[in-house]
Amino acid sequence: MRILIRGGRVVDPASGRDATGDVFVADGRISQAAGEADRTIDARGLVVAPGLVDLAARLREPGYEYKATLESEMDAAVAGGVTSLACPPDTDPPLDEPGLVDMLRRRAKALERARVYPVGALTAKLAGERLTEMAELAEAGCVAFSQANAPLPDTQVLWRALQYAATYGFPVWLRAEDPWLARGGVAHDGEVATRLGLPGIPVFAETIALGTLLELVRATRTRVHLCRLSSAAAVDMIRAAKKERLPVSCDVGIHHVHLSDMDLGFYDAHCRLEPPLRSQRDRDALAAGLADGTIDCAVSDHAPVDEDGKHLPFAEAEPGATGLELLLPLALKWGRERGLALAATLARVTSDPARVLGVASGRIAPGAPADLVLFDPEAPWRVSAQSLRSQGKNSPFLGYELAGRVRATLVAGHVVFEQP
Amino acid sequence: MQRNPQLNAHGELQHLLSIEGLPREILLQILDTAESFAGVTEREVKKVPLLRGKSVFNLFFEPSTRTRTTFEIAAKRLSADVINLNIAASSQSKGESLLDTVANLSAMQADLFVVRHNASGAPYLIARHVKPHEHVINAGDGRHAHPTQGLLDLYTIRHYKKDFSRLVVAIVGDVLHSRVARSLIHGLTTLGAPEVRVIGPQTLIPAGVEALGVRVFHAMRAGLEDCDVVVMLRLQNERMNGALLPSAQEFFKHYGLTAEKLAAARPDAIVMHPGPMNRGVEIDTPVADGPHSVILPQVTFGIAVRMAVMSIVAGN
Repeated sequence: MRILIRGGRVVDPASGRDATGDVFVADGRISQAAGEADRTIDARGLVVAPGLVDLAARLREPGYEYKATLESEMDAAVAGGVTSLACPPDTDPPLDEPGLVDMLRRRAKALERARVYPVGALTAKLAGERLTEMAELAEAGCVAFSQANAPLPDTQVLWRALQYAATYGFPVWLRAEDPWLARGGVAHDGEVATRLGLPGIPVFAETIALGTLLELVRATRTRVHLCRLSSAAAVDMIRAAKKERLPVSCDVGIHHVHLSDMDLGFYDAHCRLEPPLRSQRDRDALAAGLADGTIDCAVSDHAPVDEDGKHLPFAEAEPGATGLELLLPLALKWGRERGLALAATLARVTSDPARVLGVASGRIAPGAPADLVLFDPEAPWRVSAQSLRSQGKNSPFLGYELAGRVRATLVAGHVVFEQP
Repeated sequence: MQRNPQLNAHGELQHLLSIEGLPREILLQILDTAESFAGVTEREVKKVPLLRGKSVFNLFFEPSTRTRTTFEIAAKRLSADVINLNIAASSQSKGESLLDTVANLSAMQADLFVVRHNASGAPYLIARHVKPHEHVINAGDGRHAHPTQGLLDLYTIRHYKKDFSRLVVAIVGDVLHSRVARSLIHGLTTLGAPEVRVIGPQTLIPAGVEALGVRVFHAMRAGLEDCDVVVMLRLQNERMNGALLPSAQEFFKHYGLTAEKLAAARPDAIVMHPGPMNRGVEIDTPVADGPHSVILPQVTFGIAVRMAVMSIVAGN
């Protein structure tokens, strides 16, 4: 299939290119010379950009099919312009055996939508005690190893896990949260939690764990990607660590760039997230850190939860928000609010996460995989249970109107999503 | 942010979920109404027909004797039919969800739900899902709010001190876990009390509590100095020995209210406690039973206050 995408505003964050032009796709790749096309797509008025690369999207398989299925979430991904996604290992059972990883990859591949990159469990059953067979898992297709949101309180095991991963050059993706300090907490420890009577998680639950991790990176030189920063203090620590040239990268959940604990309102369970939404000052620091590159990328942290999981008192509600279809419009909103060029905005959800993932996607250049998104950056749409394709309708943005509507998504040169 | 879910479109009290965010006028309306009911409770025939034909469901997801009983008495004095449900022991243990329980009771033609739940915010969830003619009264949710207790505390203070505008009020003990403290703080600041203090060890004072408009003290003597009102909080058994406190004995030594410590307060200070009391832990028996104590009148006033709240929300 040879496709000519004509007349769009072509934005390639990796090179900074932002100009009207054509993109030609042949044999699943972006091609230099335009030849005879089987199909021409009129992209006038649309942005043509690399498909989004999302480092954290839960597809809920295996084990949680009542919350979402691979089909529903892969549909949501391409509808949101996401062409590559990494899925955390917190499935049931967790992704701690090559057979599970292999099956997930096969199932995902058969659906012919986004590319799926499984992240393997760092410890068996995510229990934080015994290392997984990382080399075997990598062979089965795991791109990194992680505890997802499961704690790893034993620092001896953590140290050994990092050493072992470093032996093979595997990256380790971890959230920084001290499980003892965070125990029982469901909201940022501050004025709002005190008012609402919710048990708090202090900022130092994050910074203490981050300090431990950075010290272990210093000792082991393992490539560590820090997931979902939540506080201004953590952003400062990462800035210093990068200055020191430690091999670290990090991301932030797109909701945390926009929301703070004030948005809990009267116990809105959709704002029950992990890590918790923190103060407005923290949110501003995250948004600024993402703009100046201290934070490498924004992720959806997609976590579809069924209605029963959210129709509960705040502390009992299941954490997480649906995000695959919100990543692009919320990234655009963030870029507009900070006055960034479109290429700089999109870099944080395309070329930068692709670099962390170590894949060739995320750019528009001859020979690169033809993973593309065509979107109207101004077109408004209302977030609602009906407009979301994900089985998870759990969003703090329900009822909001957001700008940025995906018109078409291509993966490996195939049109996998189209919407007039 | 959503509008205050306790108020209807006319700004009247639809549900009572928290004292926070209620205008001064509504608080005074409740206190004044309660005063008019105080006479009723002293008559030989202690009933008024305001809620005749209405059904009040006491939904207690957490055990409580005193609060449930006073709500029951209040509803009966308003001539309502009262149904007590101790849910901790029934459907929740069978896995029925909170909202399913409420939907079922709603199908039995409830008019008013009195809800006690161990999760902060649970009554808000219920209030969002009940029918327009149904009302929800929060009888204590987690550590968030206990508005009728806060109101009866305000009633008691007004009864003895007449006026809030010159008062120094100290709330002592486990503020971190206390819904009583939070409700009273909001009530006092709304009614214009110039100084509200909280006193306790750092482990029992929640983060950012100053933002509620209180001064924090860690020493009893300094905190009680020149106080007009001293409110002692209950210390739960499970919090006495662990990471928050080493022992009940040490707590009593430093924060238990004794006659000696009370001497720092004003000579006409009143001493309050939401009950049930731990004598010898947060309060010494001579103080609990002494001339400053208004702990038993609080209980009596509680019935009139709950009658007032039920009649007001049911009338809106």
